[in-house]
Amino acid sequence: MSSEMTRLFSMFGVGVCLVLIVGFYCVLTTRNLIRVLIGMEVLTKAVTLLIIASGYAAGQIALAQAMAITLIIIEVVVIVVAICIILCVYRHNKSIDTALLKQIKG
Amino acid sequence: MTTDFVLLMAMVLAVMVTVMTARLLWSAIGLALASAVLAALMFRLNSPVAAVFELSVCAGLIPAIFISAIGLTSRLNPEALAKRWRHKLLKYGAMPVIVILVVWALWQLQVPLTFVAPPPAVEQDVRNVLWNQRHIDLLGQMSILAAGAFGVVVLIKGAKRE
Repeated sequence: MSSEMTRLFSMFGVGVCLVLIVGFYCVLTTRNLIRVLIGMEVLTKAVTLLIIASGYAAGQIALAQAMAITLIIIEVVVIVVAICIILCVYRHNKSIDTALLKQIKG
Repeated sequence: MTTDFVLLMAMVLAVMVTVMTARLLWSAIGLALASAVLAALMFRLNSPVAAVFELSVCAGLIPAIFISAIGLTSRLNPEALAKRWRHKLLKYGAMPVIVILVVWALWQLQVPLTFVAPPPAVEQDVRNVLWNQRHIDLLGQMSILAAGAFGVVVLIKGAKRE
């Protein structure tokens, strides 16, 4: 890999790390279930960018695109099912506060 | 390289706005913006097919789903949130220290950023990769979509019964 490519990949690596830190911070500090999901979405964005940057740097961009498309599809399904679960929790508790999830039984 | 850097910083900023803003609606809009910038980065990195997916699905469909969910739910109690803020600061005050320690450990490990050279006949057409080489992935995607649809139907039916 050329030095230019290494520099480019390092730059994307730092960007991905920053986005990952922001995403983890969002997931860990909030009590709102929708915001937790938004944090997970941010983490997925970082992973998508890492896959594409790795494929570009390794010269396997077609494979990286195939992986990214698979990831996007999985992401959508996870988000839709999670939103349904959140709406069920809201109907049951009248709140989307994660503190109330401690009361779940069974 | 400069354009990539500007786009990358724009993405980090959009993500930070998404996380830091108080209103969930602005968070959803920030997420759409981050997805749009990510799609632009993908175009720059010679990935037009994945970029179109990112732009249409992640910048269009997912924020719409989030905004619908935000409209169907109510806000958290602001008084209770203010009380918890102090506890949150105490609980996650160690986070910057952990981040610094992780960065230092990675720096000490000196992870090489060089890649193994790609095999001679690398397929450059995403359609060939997706349909001929990674067809098991397609089966997995179809199964996941079917499982997701089934899950949504079960959850909605269960909620209606209650």
